[in-house]
Amino acid sequence: MAFDYNFYLRENHLPHIWCPGCSHGIVAKGIIRAVHKMGWEKDDLVIVSGIGCASRLPGYVDANTLHTTHGRALAFALGIKIIKPYLKVIIVSGDGDALAIGGNHFLHACRRNIDINLIIFNNKVYGMTGGQTSPTTPFGSFTSTGPYGNVEHELDPVAVGVAAGATFVARTTAYHVMQMDKIFTQAFEHKGFSVVDVSCDCWTTYGRKNAMKNPVDMLDVYRKKCVKYEKYQELSDEEKKEHIPIGIFHRETRPEYVDELQLIKERAMKELKK
Amino acid sequence: MKNNKGSENDNGGRNGKNRRNGNGNGNGEGSQQQDKLADENVAKIVNPKFPRTVFKTGLRLMSGNEAIAEAALYAGCRFFAGYPITPSSEIAEHLAKRLPQVGGYFVQMEDEIAAMGAILGASLAGAKVLTATSGPGFSLKQENIGYGCIAEIPCVIVNVMRGGPSTGVPTKASQGDVMQARWGTHGDHPIVVLTPDSVEELFWETVRAFRIAERFRTPVIILADEIIGHMRERLFLPKPATVNVQGRRRPRRDTGEYSAYQIPRSDIPIIPNFGEGYRYHVTGLAHDETGFPTSEPAVIENELIRLHRKINRASNVIVKWEQYFLDDADVAVVAYGSSARSARAAVNRLRASGRKTGMFRLKTMWPFPTRAIKALSERVKAIIVPELNMGQAVLQVERAALQKCKIIRLNRVDSEMISPKQIVKIVKDL
Repeated sequence: MAFDYNFYLRENHLPHIWCPGCSHGIVAKGIIRAVHKMGWEKDDLVIVSGIGCASRLPGYVDANTLHTTHGRALAFALGIKIIKPYLKVIIVSGDGDALAIGGNHFLHACRRNIDINLIIFNNKVYGMTGGQTSPTTPFGSFTSTGPYGNVEHELDPVAVGVAAGATFVARTTAYHVMQMDKIFTQAFEHKGFSVVDVSCDCWTTYGRKNAMKNPVDMLDVYRKKCVKYEKYQELSDEEKKEHIPIGIFHRETRPEYVDELQLIKERAMKELKK
Repeated sequence: MKNNKGSENDNGGRNGKNRRNGNGNGNGEGSQQQDKLADENVAKIVNPKFPRTVFKTGLRLMSGNEAIAEAALYAGCRFFAGYPITPSSEIAEHLAKRLPQVGGYFVQMEDEIAAMGAILGASLAGAKVLTATSGPGFSLKQENIGYGCIAEIPCVIVNVMRGGPSTGVPTKASQGDVMQARWGTHGDHPIVVLTPDSVEELFWETVRAFRIAERFRTPVIILADEIIGHMRERLFLPKPATVNVQGRRRPRRDTGEYSAYQIPRSDIPIIPNFGEGYRYHVTGLAHDETGFPTSEPAVIENELIRLHRKINRASNVIVKWEQYFLDDADVAVVAYGSSARSARAAVNRLRASGRKTGMFRLKTMWPFPTRAIKALSERVKAIIVPELNMGQAVLQVERAALQKCKIIRLNRVDSEMISPKQIVKIVKDL
């Protein structure tokens, strides 16, 4: 039987705002399948977002959904998770939202190890505002604010996530749908802060400016270039430049933030009673 | 001694229908009034349960900042997110120790913006929330304060004012954020701003700020300043059960998909907490009653007008002032915050020498008590407005007084307090 997405969607708020050829829909469906696989109740599911194309996703999902200010989804989500730890919190964020304006919150959420799942829709451009350069725009590529080619070097959210102390860090792509499902499920199962960087595309504002004939060609790049992280390690330095590693980069167990706050609370109340 | 308390329904709204609550001028503690805005959709008002043992009641010597922090606990605040900043850090420090004791949570965030975001998230999840900061941090919080206004999320923000602009004079007082508190966030939003003048009043006005925030689902700003924040005064800490606190309204209807922004007659939406079975959407975009973004001009207009009307209708509860020796006064000092302390001393000295001077003390800055000031301007020859800025509240006084009397500005920006002598001199020179 076909998967019933509609159970998780607010059908009366469709169609969505995403352009034809956008890969956000693929990732959104992956999230829904993973939520279903986890068996999470819709009442217990919170989806938080900032501003941007990806950030419109919560509106389409029948859950507790919060569309916050640009870059601040992590801060809002932290408040929710602390007050109601039983809620399952997913943050959907774009690359600009999570890594530029929200970069500080990203670092510190990783460090705190709060049990929240961050999914970065990394399409390497500010799509909603018309295709401006983002922190993950590849060096030399063309955008509406980089008409002569981007002179900044791209940020790798996976490397930053690992360095900042996230306890689950992975990368997948909108092309590798089967792997995406597995990674989302493992991220959701993970106790602690999980970061999943999903490479996806904006053909409308980025692909067209960078000689990509159509959205399918853009996705095809992932098929050609992506290799599993384990295999990537064995490649020579020259080969590494030509390939994108995907899979789970880092996984560890550390005390979770909200658990620790509960312990502090218990300790403070106990000491007071004495 | 004449010491009256007043409140008023400040009809600044465009819609004439909002006169329902009439004129509450001089009717004492409005917060004790019956809830006239009750709506048939309200199932129950849930009050927090206090574990009484954790409150040390009785007479205490406390700083203003500590009083704010302790008052928040009395009001039921169980979540604080903040960032260290002089001169407000004592609020965070006090709550870091006290919140876990009462079953709450203290979080030191990575920046001021995150602190504001975190309290909004926690409030949506059902907690009463507080953050505290000073000028520079207050500027950073502004975008999310606007989010609190449009998404109607109850929260209390303390700004212990210090000298500005920019880093300014971190360890000295100022009253330079009066207009920032009103207009700091972008967009034409309504806001509630309280300006207490003593440690005891900081305590009770903080409790009241939570009542206003929860009842009207709005951010409430407490404008303290470095002087009253760091000053130590006598404060009687009451028994928690005697403190009037406001619970949050919850919908009566069945759980499931929910339109959180359908507006009852009270103009205050009944928004359930996240994770309690009602599934709904919250956004900072202009939205319709379902909470979803809209680009329908009529819906956008209605929403903004209704947000203003919500606060204007409540102004007989929100707006408070103190009248000190005003009945027969021919000169009035309109003051607030630490400047009101100097004004009080000046009035006492002038009365002792036979000058009929009184003080009108603004306990609520916004909404501004326009009609009360207008009435005052019709009875006195002159109004003096002492402020630790280049003249901010005085603009509103001038607007209210409509040139009915002489308005004299007394501004001081050298980081020192206004002295009673300065006010006395102005009155004697009249």
